[in-house]
Amino acid sequence: MLHLVSGQALFSSCSPKVCVVGSGPGGFYTAQHLIKARPDVELDIYERLPVPFGLVRFGVAPDHPEVKNVINTFTQTAKHSRCNFYGNVNVGRDVTINELKEAYHAVVLSYGAEGNRTMGVPGEDLAGVYAAKDFVGWYNGLPNCRELNPDLSCETAVILGQGNVALDVARILLAPISMLKSTDITQPALEALAQSQVRRVLIVGRRGPLQIACTIKEIREMVNLPGTKPEMLPADFEGISEVLKDVPRPRKRLTELMLKTALETPGEKELERRKSASRSWGFRFFRSPVEVLAEPRTNKTSAIRLAVNRLEGSGADAQAVLTGEVEDVTCGLVISSIGYRSLLIDPGLPFDSRKAIIPNSMGRIQHTPGVYCSGWVKTGPTGVIATTMNNSFDTARSMMEDMDSGALDVSAVKSGSQSITALLRGRGVKPVTFADWEKIDSVETKKGEAEGKPREKLLSVEEMLQVAQT
Amino acid sequence: MAASAAVRTSVGLTLKLSRIIPDCSSCPLYGSKSCVRSATNSQRRSSQDTFRIIYRHLQTSIGLYHSDDGSSNTEDPDDVVNVVYVDRTGQRIPVQAKVGDNVMYLAHKHGIDLEGACEASLACSTCHVYVSDAHFDKLPEPDEREDDMLDMAAMLQENSRLGCQIILTRELDGMELTLPKVTRNFYVDGHVPKPH
Repeated sequence: MLHLVSGQALFSSCSPKVCVVGSGPGGFYTAQHLIKARPDVELDIYERLPVPFGLVRFGVAPDHPEVKNVINTFTQTAKHSRCNFYGNVNVGRDVTINELKEAYHAVVLSYGAEGNRTMGVPGEDLAGVYAAKDFVGWYNGLPNCRELNPDLSCETAVILGQGNVALDVARILLAPISMLKSTDITQPALEALAQSQVRRVLIVGRRGPLQIACTIKEIREMVNLPGTKPEMLPADFEGISEVLKDVPRPRKRLTELMLKTALETPGEKELERRKSASRSWGFRFFRSPVEVLAEPRTNKTSAIRLAVNRLEGSGADAQAVLTGEVEDVTCGLVISSIGYRSLLIDPGLPFDSRKAIIPNSMGRIQHTPGVYCSGWVKTGPTGVIATTMNNSFDTARSMMEDMDSGALDVSAVKSGSQSITALLRGRGVKPVTFADWEKIDSVETKKGEAEGKPREKLLSVEEMLQVAQT
Repeated sequence: MAASAAVRTSVGLTLKLSRIIPDCSSCPLYGSKSCVRSATNSQRRSSQDTFRIIYRHLQTSIGLYHSDDGSSNTEDPDDVVNVVYVDRTGQRIPVQAKVGDNVMYLAHKHGIDLEGACEASLACSTCHVYVSDAHFDKLPEPDEREDDMLDMAAMLQENSRLGCQIILTRELDGMELTLPKVTRNFYVDGHVPKPH
């Protein structure tokens, strides 16, 4: 039907219209693949914050700027003629999934994992206990983490979890300020770390060295971190070297590096370096948190009680089994880094609350035709950018298969962003365009230049909107 | 930044008109701090971005990229290196390149879907390729940092390398670079057919 009165005949066309919810790697890589593969697809990316890029901006550590180069690829996609970015739009609150389904041929959910797995132990709510996600959000300028004010006045910090996020937190806690001050770490975090009295960080895992979840690059960075020395327990590594010959290369190289660090007598130069190191870090294995203990007068964290485990089975499937023993470790800072969790943003969607993902088959959401998912909300919160890239390309391929087979009907005329932006306007929501983001980008870059940093991030949504929309 | 904006516009126009990539050495900003492609400038809004926009729309046909200025690919036959990319569908794409070309950027130039998320800074594994056996040993040993990144790549094989670390030499003439089939279509036992 032609709607000549409203002029929609000019804009509505038979091109497939897709909307993507979330502008991190999951969203952008899905968009990139679709735009490239089909010359007729028109794509709108909705993002809750005024700024794009998700964990690339808020998760990747400040001292890993090369990992953030992927922003250039995403920028190209956003500026493509068939792609539009709409920031400051909260899907679930400002607009519903059903309204998006009405306006688009397909909806892709790639809103990631903004929640936390909790330890579920007494004392988790004490002052001095933080989720790694919030700690990382704090030093990376995530608006709702800016009031975190972590207490860094203690000597020992214990991190639960041994994935790359745990290693990032350890490294940021112990890195020399001279290294951090030329990164895009936020100014408040930099100042807090400059005053920090944390000198020792223990990175604790339930299982053993062969089950550690981090990657070799991050371990190497700790081993080479200036001003620090490793503090490992050789007993943790008993029997490890014997099983290495049958282990795949990545696990083998990583374990060999740990063995070398834990067991080898260092050469003269390294011995000297360690003698003059004022900070230390180490892995602790076979320990699970049982309780965070408080100093009775101040009610601040004073120690963490850890259960001692033993392993049953081997390799990736090894299970940690309680032995009944416990051990208390004195510390004033506890950071739990045991996994992010996706949340359900619309009650109309299916959700697997055990795995905290949207149930799907190759990106096609179960029982919900026309709605797909990619990134961590599809597979769970693990993996690096390359992993999410492959996962997103896979979802895009499912969508293309469905378009070709007719399983996804793209013949009807859909109104796309025209109707959604009208709806948002009616609700008092003003989306931030990509050009608006570039104003924010420019302000942050200029502020950074004055301080010898790649950027100085704006820390509140209000500030971002002020720059974007005036 | 007017200078870099001017370069972007002029490079964009040149690319659009003649569909070539100009040789960096012919650009007045080459080697200077204003060069948006320099390794130290990680905030690039670069001519590279324009390359990719253009090249994503190109057909992959050889001969499309003869440069009219200065260093043409066919000018010095000693410099020519012929390689073959095998893309993720198994399609073979022969490419006439030259000594010094970077395997990842060369793939981009020819519209081959090899990603390069970190832009050749050894911070990702998205440019992972398999190198033909006959040429694998001719490559210099990988840097420890490359090995660390390769460890994170899906479907790692003995002949895996990161494309961004392979620079063409005459010895590598005839090399085949196969993109891993990282899709649900890969063989259940992990077998990947070796290129012929």
